[in-house]
Amino acid sequence: MSLNIAVCMKPVPDPDKYNLLKIDPVTKRLVREGIPTIINPSDKNALEAALKIKEKLGGKVVVISMAPPNGVDKLKECLAMGADEAYLLSDMAFGGADTWATSYTLMKGLEKIGQFDLVLAGHDSADGATSHVPSQLGEWMDYTHIAGVQNIEVEDATKAIVKRRIENGYIEYEVGFPAVIAVERGSNVPRFISAMGIIKAKNKPLVVYGLNDLDVDKEKLGLVGSPTQPGEMYTMELKRESTQIEGEPEEIAVKTIEILRKAGINL
Amino acid sequence: MDFKFTEDQEMLRAAFKEFVDAEVAPHAAEWDEEDRCPVELWPKMAELGINGLFAPEQYGGVGLGQVERMIAMEEIARHSAGLAIAMFTHHLAVKAFDFAGTDEQNKKYLIPLCDGSKIGGVAVTEPGGGSDMMGHKTTAELKDGKWILNGRKCFITNSHTADITVVTARTGEDAKGRPQLSAFIVEKGTPGFAPGRKENKLGLRGSTTGDLILDNVELTEDKLLGKIGQGGAIAMNAIGVCGRGSIAAMTTGILRGCLEDSVKFAQERIVYGKPIAKLQAIQFHIAENRIDYEAQKLLAYRAASIYDAGETKNLTNFSIAKHHGTEAACRAAKRTIELMGGYGVINEYAVGRYLRDSLALISAGGTSEIQRIIVAGDTLSQWS
Repeated sequence: MSLNIAVCMKPVPDPDKYNLLKIDPVTKRLVREGIPTIINPSDKNALEAALKIKEKLGGKVVVISMAPPNGVDKLKECLAMGADEAYLLSDMAFGGADTWATSYTLMKGLEKIGQFDLVLAGHDSADGATSHVPSQLGEWMDYTHIAGVQNIEVEDATKAIVKRRIENGYIEYEVGFPAVIAVERGSNVPRFISAMGIIKAKNKPLVVYGLNDLDVDKEKLGLVGSPTQPGEMYTMELKRESTQIEGEPEEIAVKTIEILRKAGINL
Repeated sequence: MDFKFTEDQEMLRAAFKEFVDAEVAPHAAEWDEEDRCPVELWPKMAELGINGLFAPEQYGGVGLGQVERMIAMEEIARHSAGLAIAMFTHHLAVKAFDFAGTDEQNKKYLIPLCDGSKIGGVAVTEPGGGSDMMGHKTTAELKDGKWILNGRKCFITNSHTADITVVTARTGEDAKGRPQLSAFIVEKGTPGFAPGRKENKLGLRGSTTGDLILDNVELTEDKLLGKIGQGGAIAMNAIGVCGRGSIAAMTTGILRGCLEDSVKFAQERIVYGKPIAKLQAIQFHIAENRIDYEAQKLLAYRAASIYDAGETKNLTNFSIAKHHGTEAACRAAKRTIELMGGYGVINEYAVGRYLRDSLALISAGGTSEIQRIIVAGDTLSQWS
């Protein structure tokens, strides 16, 4: 009756610190070093959904993340929220991965950890926001997958009834397990971390796997294994000029319109 | 000497901050305006473990120390000093049970205080003064196996909201002829026990403060907390640690508010074509806010850290931190109002509340003069 649930979690830059984010001019990827991270918001919703299912049916909630070594901090938060085990996939070889290589690595990590009835993930990440990973993971694992989910009802260990958002409402699906379900941000209210949760987290397994721990095809990992090649990127330069217009009010109005038209504004 | 918080303490702070940002900050001005204590938050704060943070796990607490408790106080007071003082008064009751409660009493009273179902309070101050404990007028007489309490308490935080109040009363005289104080557990609804006048305070308005009337309140003998004559020690332990420690932490939170608000305002306010943060006169204000905040943070957490390390008898460090905190918070709030010019006196900005709360905290837990007396007494005995 109980379910084995995995939750994918990505540490993302704290939105309050977005002004510190830079893009590497060579790799065209975000430079995240030195910027505080938070648990990707919709991943937190996925974890909350997993914990609620566990509270109802029993079982185990495992959190997995592919991130630099400091990703353990966010995994500890997940354990303090109530997850039972946490796994970090961290190796220089995994770095620079696009969504395809990321989902492959996550699949290999899950394969190493065990069998899962249900894999939950956030619908999108607050930084990349592609929404690719959950569906790609479903394909790699050969699991049923569905994204954009607002609500999950699990009555037994065989299936879930999910509500998927569409433009003017919802479509309800019955999803048989095993499945990957991508949960939308705001679909529930994640619980606060409690003091007791932090204490209990210290005794929960937190395992770090590197390249040599996984049975992987190295050609599918990291920057090397990423088919996505970002094109050129430009930073828009915004300049401000000030001009003082003098004269009678009517003259000022005429001159202002002339200036605006010259600037390409149709009046 | 390590001035860094542990990883767990940092995680705890982040958790409390997340809660405060979501549940406290958006409503703090409204509670202040309405002079209302948000008692509905008690169960939510209990879920985080705040209500019984330092109480033993066997009675529903988390079993952490004063450093962790003060982190909670600082984070709450960053946005609502009123709610923080209501919670620290609850902590005074928790501390009193932790200090003197029997297993039976702790099971009956401490567990609901920790799980959020009951609110706690401690009533010591009387119209004759808070620090003049020997001038206690409230009496408790043992008649036919029942304690009969009579008297009036005033300036009692959680007076109208507490479910379980620890009340001190005079039970006789000691060998030297001094009043003998004992502590009693009085539950809301006990016949003869009722809140009286509710005060309209200058600051700390997210908490309730008022009188408690004891008119022939009849208590069974098991409502005596600790031993006969232990009331003063119970009260002073709770106030000395949780009271002054809380105020030290709360003023750290208020000082952080002054610092954060002054930086934000100075960077956004444009005068003469540039942010006022570019003006050296404004930078001096910001530097002084920073210095006051950093000094208070060190004093407050040093006191708690020393206490948690086992030095629990001499509580002077809490008095030092309380004294510095209230004085520094008043200075910083006034300074921040000056930095903000006309905006500083507009109630849309929180800084006016910071000043009112800081002023109100001077008299709570013993005035600055009382703290100086404690510090002087300790200094003359330790340094001579």
